[in-house]
Amino acid sequence: MSKNNVDIHFDAHRCKGCGLCVIFCPCGNIRMSDALNEQGHPYAELIDADRCTGCGLCFRMCPDTAIEIRSNKTAKR
Amino acid sequence: MATFTRPRTLKETITHYCPGCGHGIVHRLLAEVIDELGIREKTIGTAPVGCAVMMYDYIDCDMIECAHGRAPAAATGLKRVHPDKIVFTYQGDGDLAAIGTAETIHTANRGENITVIFINNVIYGMTGGQMAPTTMLGQRTTTTPEGRGMHGEGGPIHVCELLRSLEGVCYLERTAVSSPSDVLATRRAIRKAFECQIAGKGFSLVEVLSMCPTDWKLSPDKAVKFVNHEMKTVFPVGVYKDK
Ligand SMILES: Cc1ncc(C[n+]2csc(CCOP(=O)(O)OP(=O)(O)O)c2C)c(N)n1
Ligand code: SF4
Ligand code: SF4
Ligand code: SF4
Repeated sequence: MSKNNVDIHFDAHRCKGCGLCVIFCPCGNIRMSDALNEQGHPYAELIDADRCTGCGLCFRMCPDTAIEIRSNKTAKR
Repeated sequence: MATFTRPRTLKETITHYCPGCGHGIVHRLLAEVIDELGIREKTIGTAPVGCAVMMYDYIDCDMIECAHGRAPAAATGLKRVHPDKIVFTYQGDGDLAAIGTAETIHTANRGENITVIFINNVIYGMTGGQMAPTTMLGQRTTTTPEGRGMHGEGGPIHVCELLRSLEGVCYLERTAVSSPSDVLATRRAIRKAFECQIAGKGFSLVEVLSMCPTDWKLSPDKAVKFVNHEMKTVFPVGVYKDK
């Protein structure tokens, strides 16, 4: 769990490197890898886990369900 | 606790879709709605001929494969024989509005109690980017290299507007998957359409403006802009019928 109590996971194996999560992350907190995955695509990586708010916009845009997010923000409050 | 995880109805299989293709997003939304409504065990879908031809490998409910354009006719049979099942078709614009025009219009007109998920990507995806009935004026495709023209090819067919006047149609909405808010609107629309069917109200259809970066020859980020700036002007999103 990060500072914001967000548990976010990018699955490099599923990712096709479309970059839609990168464009829509309101925190500019996602980048593409230099390396390629076994499908031959660059893959999305979180830049700083502590800056992720768990908003889920990246999940919503991902055509390949390569992102999963669990956050207990509300449970904490 | 906020969770954003794979819906149960979406299989783990990695899809064959191109990077940034809208089909993957719509599959997930469809699976989320089926989960939410708790109808997985009684849902039967039809896979189209088109890029989503192998969608039965991705969606974990009963599915059949239909000949190109014929899904609404097949779905009519399924629903009439199994009125207690939830029946949906998933069709591209070539499938639904070109080869399947007759099936679409007459199924809608008969008010068959089925739900149609219509993917409008203004092109024939699977076959390599030929003009679709929904291709926009001036849009270049492999069969309209100079751009679609009003005199020759005619203008794009607006499916929601066309079906609106038919008595048997109960719900029509056009949405997109080109931004997070559009994605949410699509999910709401798919849910609404299934609810209409559950309530036995008749024909429901959701038209989703969807990205085809490959055949548009655009990068995924430019494809999203193409939907938001060009397609939405020609195909305004919104509810076209709700009765
Ligand atoms: C009876 C018949 N006619 C033509 C074809 C060739 N064909 C395959 S897919 C397709 C069009 C696909 O376009 P669309 O329905 O828009 O779906 P997309 O691939 O864009 O998702 C055509 C014409 C076919 N398979 N069967
Ligand atoms: S959950 Fe929100 S803040 Fe976190 S990476 Fe995704 S889009 Fe960015
Ligand atoms: S949206 Fe999904 S598939 Fe596309 S780059 Fe991000 S994680 Fe990868
Ligand atoms: S050709 Fe277009 S519609 Fe077909 S999978 Fe690729 S991006 Fe999607």
